[in-house]
Amino acid sequence: MDRPLLDVRDLRKHFPVGGSLFGKTRGVVKAVDGISFTIKPGETLGLVGESGCGKTTTSKLVLAAEEPTAGAIEFDGRNLAELSRADLQDYRRQVQVVFQDPYSSLSPRMRVSDIIAEPIKAHEALSSAEVRARVTELLELVGLRPDAARLFPHEFSGGQRQRLAIARALSTKARLVVLDEPVSALDVSIRAHIITLLEELQQRLGVSYLFIAHDLAAVAHVSQRTAVMYLGKLVEVADSLELCTSPLHPYTKALFAASLPSHPDETREEIVLSGEVPSALNPPRGCSFHPRCPFVMPRCSEQEPLLCEVSPGRRVACHLYN
Amino acid sequence: MAPLLRVSDLRTYYFGFRGTRVVKAVDGVSFSVEAGETFGLVGESGCGKTTTCHSIVRLLPPSAQIVSGSIELEGEDLVKKSQPEMRRIRGRRIATILQDPMASLDPLFSVYDQVAEPAYYHQSFRGQKLRQRVKELLAAVRIPSPERRMKDFPHQMSGGMRQRIVGAIAQAGGPRIIIADEPTTNLDVTIQLQYLNLLKDLQRATGVALIFVTHNLGIVAKMCDKVAVMYAGKIVEMQSVRGLFYRSRHPYTRALLDSIPKLGVKEPLYGIPGQPPDLAALPAGCSFHPRCRHAMDRCRIEEPWQHNLIGDGNVRCWLPIDEEAAGRG
Repeated sequence: MDRPLLDVRDLRKHFPVGGSLFGKTRGVVKAVDGISFTIKPGETLGLVGESGCGKTTTSKLVLAAEEPTAGAIEFDGRNLAELSRADLQDYRRQVQVVFQDPYSSLSPRMRVSDIIAEPIKAHEALSSAEVRARVTELLELVGLRPDAARLFPHEFSGGQRQRLAIARALSTKARLVVLDEPVSALDVSIRAHIITLLEELQQRLGVSYLFIAHDLAAVAHVSQRTAVMYLGKLVEVADSLELCTSPLHPYTKALFAASLPSHPDETREEIVLSGEVPSALNPPRGCSFHPRCPFVMPRCSEQEPLLCEVSPGRRVACHLYN
Repeated sequence: MAPLLRVSDLRTYYFGFRGTRVVKAVDGVSFSVEAGETFGLVGESGCGKTTTCHSIVRLLPPSAQIVSGSIELEGEDLVKKSQPEMRRIRGRRIATILQDPMASLDPLFSVYDQVAEPAYYHQSFRGQKLRQRVKELLAAVRIPSPERRMKDFPHQMSGGMRQRIVGAIAQAGGPRIIIADEPTTNLDVTIQLQYLNLLKDLQRATGVALIFVTHNLGIVAKMCDKVAVMYAGKIVEMQSVRGLFYRSRHPYTRALLDSIPKLGVKEPLYGIPGQPPDLAALPAGCSFHPRCRHAMDRCRIEEPWQHNLIGDGNVRCWLPIDEEAAGRG
């Protein structure tokens, strides 16, 4: 069994809120509260959940843009917290990101060649001719013409811009790319291209993805395994196809029930959740999903369910299954 | 019987640079909506969906003009109405729900003031009756403890709740038709489902017709009775919702359907080549031909006219797609 590329264990990130510079803080937002997952080389892990559930904080922690409150991130067998500055720099080279909105993630004042070359120059000592050659190669890799290098981002459409962002992410031979809603801002007819491109690149380069999105169908299409997040915790982790065909956690069931049909006669189990996601500042006791759960039991409001393996490779945090 | 709303050959153009640059945002659009029906208007950004809706309520920016066509609401042509007359129609007979509830609600007025306004002006409710009406409207959109919440301001509510308030405002004037322009794009999936179910329930209770503008075919499948697919300012295909999903005739519609990931299916997706066209510089012939899998010589020269389909609906395409091959699932 091969070693995971990324191994996240009991990761927590708490943000203090309220209070002033000298005063006491009023509370903490547990944005990420004890999550564990692994990503193998060449694998895609999907991460789904509603806004405010901690998806983006998780991605920031993985990108080493935020320091965790507790827990460990191991990359290639080495704990991030113990890396030296130089090693951390190299970690940042190997873990790259593609953001949702390619209109704000590309500097409008830089030429494409500079945008893609910037990470290369920051991390590698290459001659300018070598950098140029790499840029050309990358543009071709993402399906753009090499003469795009002289242009500015505004000369490209949304889909092409997202290709540029992908080229930039791959420019330093990244081994893990965090994709934070990479297709949500694009036109429907363009989304399929970007999804297909990402899949092709993974096959050619063996790069791993952490694919964050709220569109379940897209996540399930791209990723081998999917993790479902609710209020800072993982509630279910499973093989993507298994998750689609038989979701176990009531929240996952509700998410699938809420995803839209692909044709008019598709019937779904109706699970309409009442209420909205509670504030992370004051999460409910016990299972944080229990106030909205249609299958709630007395135990749920007292005891927090742990993420347990219910079948090989499948973990669920729910009292119904333990 | 005449339909509730009949849009015939509507053309709305934007004139820029002193009329030298003409953008044909809506170019010969015709459709009709019956009472109690849900009509879907689908297309990518920049295809003219929103301009079509703004033309109907006559809230176009100064650079845009309705060049020709008519918009008949219960037999009256809205294109010929003056703005003061339109003011008595908007809210009372046609209401709108927009994408971003924070932009459509005024942050300086309480929820009560904003929901009461259409009921005050259009239905002449006053005093205790007005209060009662606002309470009913808020209860109908499932705002918990409406008596208390109506004193709140929009910033005190969550995104889903704000959009429900906008729904209550739309209902307040007792309209016959509501235009919902991507109303759930900013909402989370579980909240989106709540909202769509709510709109359906309201429709069942009041018999209001809905025009649903969206780029999400899943919403169409869930909500609509009839669908028009727009591309580059024209309706390229219009059918009943089942017809569209199972027997779509236009290559663009079929490409759109093939490009969406389906739950639990790992088939490769079809990517439509190229990108949506620039409305100011449309290709000759059929505007979809540069991206079409089946483009023929004729498509590059001559613009296809509207062919009626057997049964109900029409399509703008030169390609005679045979009925068997077009059948799906």
